[in-house]
Amino acid sequence: MDTQLDLWEVFIQGKSGGNYTHAGSVHAADSNMALQNARDIYTRRNEGSSIWVIPSKYVVASNPEDADMLFDPANEKIYRHPTFYVMPEGAKQI
Amino acid sequence: MMNKQEAIFKYLVRLGDCALIHGHRLSEWCSRGPILEEDLALTNMALDNIGRAQAFLKYAAEVQGNGLSEDDLAYKRDERAFYNNLLTELPIGDFAFTIAKQLLLSVFENIQMQALCKSADATIAGIAAKSHKEVRYHLTHARDWTMRLGKGTLESNTRLQQAFNQLWMYTGELFEMYEEDAILNKQGIAIDLNELKTPYYNTITSILNDSNIKMPVADYMQTGSRKGIHTEYLGHILSEMQYLQRAYPDAKW
Repeated sequence: MDTQLDLWEVFIQGKSGGNYTHAGSVHAADSNMALQNARDIYTRRNEGSSIWVIPSKYVVASNPEDADMLFDPANEKIYRHPTFYVMPEGAKQI
Repeated sequence: MMNKQEAIFKYLVRLGDCALIHGHRLSEWCSRGPILEEDLALTNMALDNIGRAQAFLKYAAEVQGNGLSEDDLAYKRDERAFYNNLLTELPIGDFAFTIAKQLLLSVFENIQMQALCKSADATIAGIAAKSHKEVRYHLTHARDWTMRLGKGTLESNTRLQQAFNQLWMYTGELFEMYEEDAILNKQGIAIDLNELKTPYYNTITSILNDSNIKMPVADYMQTGSRKGIHTEYLGHILSEMQYLQRAYPDAKW
């Protein structure tokens, strides 16, 4: 059994306006402590401008056994990728 | 009688030594924290303090102007030439003791650094502005833990209460002013520590009330550090901290 405090998932936003990406998890007794622990563990080297913490128990995960049902059908459907277009000249980021 | 240069030097060393010794104490938690997250929190704060010590001692070395560096001041000075508040040198004790000590220091540093941001000396004001941001976080951390332990179990409340009772007699010294304060206050470089007393004790009272901790009382307030007189604990920290430079002078890597 985990004798530590509750588990929280940590999401860090690198720059204002950017995506929050999953950084890892922390143990904490409450939301304040979770934010502080996340700050101390995941933003020590200037990685962040904002933090989200979410109790891990609220994360709903897909079942690995369903992976073939969920993800295999996407194989070989290359027409779903926007690779059939000619890049407009001068467009730097697509 | 002290001249202005000597007064600034001593004032900077006081500020630097508080951060250096407190930072060293916090670093003793490395690998010993109650949980990994707290281990990192305490050592992060240790690094904030050591960074602040470096800034103040570097400036002190410049003011002294005899070619010594901040490292010389930190690692080659004798105990009697250290001017950190006694509160900082006390052993870390258990986690409750460290939290109580951190709260008593952070509340003080929060108002001290805020006031020093207005120092007539631009370098002091600059270091204070940077430190104030760090200290605000230290204070939040210490205040939250004080509430958790105070309102936690009978065990956590008792340990925290005992810690505050034992530490209380070291709070008076934070506000002591000495020769250097008299010289520098007139020029707006230092701050009037008397003015910090009321906000300090008001803040502590309100946090302790919210945490189910009784206000401690002390028969007398311990004193000595402004004259370089310390508890028996400082010598032990210095012997560990200064071992390398004492055993192998000027060793570098």
